[in-house]
Amino acid sequence: MNEQLKAFAVAGGLNEEEIAKILGFIGRDPTIAEIAAFSAMWNEHVSYKSSRKYLKTFPTRGPRVLVGPGENAGVVDVGDGWAISFKMESHNHPSYIEPFQGAATGVGGILRDIFTMGARPIANMDSLRFGSLSHPRTRYLIDGVVAGISYYGNCMGVPTVGGELVFDPTYDGNCLINVFTLGVVKADGVFYGKAAGVGNPVIYMGPATGRDGMGGASMASAAFDEKAAEKRPTVQVGDAFCEKVVLECTLELMKSGLVLGIQDMGAAGLTCSTFEMADRAKMGMKVDLSKVPQRAANMTPQEILLSESQERMLLVCERGNEEGVLEICRKWDIPGAVIGEVTDTRQMEMWFNGEKVVDLPINLLTDEAPLYDRPWAEPAGLAERWKVPAFSVGDLKDEFLGLIDDPSFRSKAPVFQKYDHMVQLRTVVRPGDGDAAVMRLLETGTNRGVAMTSDGNSPACWLHPYNGAFNIIAEACLNLACVGARGIALTDCLNFGNPERPDVMWEFKEVVAGLSEACIAFDTPVTGGNVSFYNETAGTSIQPTPVVGVVGLVEDCDRVAGTFFTREDEAIVLLGCEDFSFDASLFARLKTGKVCGFVRKADAKRHSALCELIVRGIEKGIVTAAHDVSEGGLLWAIAESVVGNGVGATLDNVGTDPAELFGEAPSMAFVTVPEADLSCLTLMAEELGVQAVRIGTTGGDTLNVKGAFTVPVADLTAASRKPL
Amino acid sequence: MRFAIPVFPGSNCDKDCLHVLGNVLGQDAFFVFHKEKTLPATDVVVLPGGFSYGDYLRSGAIARFSPIMDDVIRFANAGGIVVGICNGFQIMLEAGLLPGGMRLNTCGHFVCKDVWLRVENGDTIFTRKAGKGAILGMPIAHAEGNYYAPPDLLKEIEDNGQVLFRYCDQDGNVTAEMNPNGAVNNIAGIMNSDGNCFGMMPHPERASECILGGDQGRVLFESLIAAGGGSVCKCGCRG
Repeated sequence: MNEQLKAFAVAGGLNEEEIAKILGFIGRDPTIAEIAAFSAMWNEHVSYKSSRKYLKTFPTRGPRVLVGPGENAGVVDVGDGWAISFKMESHNHPSYIEPFQGAATGVGGILRDIFTMGARPIANMDSLRFGSLSHPRTRYLIDGVVAGISYYGNCMGVPTVGGELVFDPTYDGNCLINVFTLGVVKADGVFYGKAAGVGNPVIYMGPATGRDGMGGASMASAAFDEKAAEKRPTVQVGDAFCEKVVLECTLELMKSGLVLGIQDMGAAGLTCSTFEMADRAKMGMKVDLSKVPQRAANMTPQEILLSESQERMLLVCERGNEEGVLEICRKWDIPGAVIGEVTDTRQMEMWFNGEKVVDLPINLLTDEAPLYDRPWAEPAGLAERWKVPAFSVGDLKDEFLGLIDDPSFRSKAPVFQKYDHMVQLRTVVRPGDGDAAVMRLLETGTNRGVAMTSDGNSPACWLHPYNGAFNIIAEACLNLACVGARGIALTDCLNFGNPERPDVMWEFKEVVAGLSEACIAFDTPVTGGNVSFYNETAGTSIQPTPVVGVVGLVEDCDRVAGTFFTREDEAIVLLGCEDFSFDASLFARLKTGKVCGFVRKADAKRHSALCELIVRGIEKGIVTAAHDVSEGGLLWAIAESVVGNGVGATLDNVGTDPAELFGEAPSMAFVTVPEADLSCLTLMAEELGVQAVRIGTTGGDTLNVKGAFTVPVADLTAASRKPL
Repeated sequence: MRFAIPVFPGSNCDKDCLHVLGNVLGQDAFFVFHKEKTLPATDVVVLPGGFSYGDYLRSGAIARFSPIMDDVIRFANAGGIVVGICNGFQIMLEAGLLPGGMRLNTCGHFVCKDVWLRVENGDTIFTRKAGKGAILGMPIAHAEGNYYAPPDLLKEIEDNGQVLFRYCDQDGNVTAEMNPNGAVNNIAGIMNSDGNCFGMMPHPERASECILGGDQGRVLFESLIAAGGGSVCKCGCRG
């Protein structure tokens, strides 16, 4: 291979070993367009070369699972002939370089994944992680990211109904932008990314291809250094209005019955969509790149292959139906062009201006993509992290007010209000009002709904990747239970540092194992997701940050609960059998300045019983509010329930032990019930073997912790309304 | 009653309006694609919310030139009832069906939240069932809702009773603090001098079912239906 070709391959992220492998396979020098195809398909982001080995171990089956991992998004049956399609994706690297467009196109990409399956997107969630608020870049990133999500989601008419907003110094050099979309589809109306039927036309649909986002997937497969800003041209530019029209056009095409297979052009653009569609159908494809609509002059074939211009789709229809397809494209003023046809050769053949520029066996770029079993090693001194250094606890009231001064206590309403969270008339539990969002499923003709939550916990996963990962699924299921939903399936985004570091690879291996065990324990199979490695800047990797998006079913949308105390004089009942401790708690982190302590794994049986109790209490109509006790501990969680509606509380049965008040434990939650229903709840708790302790009563304009202190509700509200 | 809902390429509250008018209120509601040149026979045209053409220019500035709009304008000029919600209101301003114009919210960004509205004129086909002084809760969701009219025009529409809604607090006090977008005189909705065209920034269709947090927006549609001699199906809130 000549030096020029080799330089192009290296610039595309291929290493010596991979170049040698290509030469060995094809027995000749590749063309420059072929190298472009290899670099697009063999990078970490597309090929999962470091993670495939582990991802195979995820539990992915279940009676409700209609489509598991491998397609554009998973699909799960929700009954009455309807299904939901959902997936979570990361857009970390582009968002760090160019926050507005990075986040906007992240939303655009995950929305396309969902409507590619035939589903109309009905909700978005965003898990956002930034560096500490005092870091100079954080403000710039959060403003850009929130504006980008707001622009894209609002214009698409898809409500953004929640997510996470976390500030932690581990993300000072790498923000995490994980976007989670859910759509509704008829159970028998699911579409697949398959190019079936010899001679069938391959149709390009969407705006013309330009030079934007060139090599985006390769960029997302490398760590950042001080020159990260130079990678700005690799970030795509989104046009939400265009995607809204592509959405409507796509759904109409699907309804017309003309479409056989379809895939969006996301990471690695036209290359990935052509190769993957042909590969899934075990077919070949002929493509004339000159026929691809182009918006820039004099584009080369490799540029057309690598462009990540947004809002584009690739589809296959029956021969003879192409005019019908193009007619619908014209109705929506979306460019459409027949660019090729399906063959049975299992070979990808591409021409440009009459010259053959790609001639490769398809499986070389898919099945034969490199698979690495990267070395792993437990980091040195892991056990040291589990020790909580001694610290002194001062006046309880001062300690409490200091604790809730942490930014994570502050209301996220200023952010949620920038998102349209009500369009589509589905949002039964709005962002911030419950531990999860609830969307009604109007089309099913029932009063059923779907609940969604996204959760991550990097400090816990850094302390103990296995238990920390297990617990995030447990917490997500508890969040769902607190609105009245039972978890049914999940998607994940696995955000990690550099996989070429053995300690990062060990974290990854442990996290996948912990998540897998939890998927089985809580009966929530994985139906898809993504891995984002190389979240590393100048040699520093982020703490392991798996984020899960878990979906649950609500049987009756008139029977849901929110986080906030709604009425005076109701009993507050603490549910769960665990002991609070300072291990892995926010309080200990703030007191010692260190992430420290052992992470206890939730007891699956007790945890499931707790979730079931809360759901039954809500379904029965006796539970009026429910909230899990997680980061910040019991008083923190009570304070969150107080500030929502300004209904105070008196706690006369929590004692004064700081560990009880500020410590944390998995599998703990509290609910409120009217006095008259307390015995009913207690009986239900006994049946399920869940400990239920009445700890206080709602009402008044203070939070009164008997024997410890009293704080006016107004002070709590002020703390929660501090600007982020 | 028949309600025509024009669908622009970027409309995204079209289905919501169809649901509320058709499924919740039992009316004959239907879509009309923006490329159509003539409106089918209808009693009311509802221009829905959304981002009709992406709103990269002023909101509604391009939609105003959609083929269907010529006939909507003809329909309005002939006395037909036209209601614009959010982006629909913006389109009506651009089309000259309503006086004044819209600017970017003073906060500079999109805002989605519940607001309170005070009914300023109860003697219109849009507000009769609510009555003057009624206070209604419903959401807003927009970036350009900062209504403006120059002083002379403002005085004229105020004097004519064309201001139908003002942003207020829960007790009906019209204050700067409760103004979510900077609109002049806290104006949330206005009608034309003939009283057949009406636009508002808040979303009554999002406040027509209790399960979504409240149904105080329904009274607008119910007023219209009553004015047309129709009746609504009574499917009130549970609890």
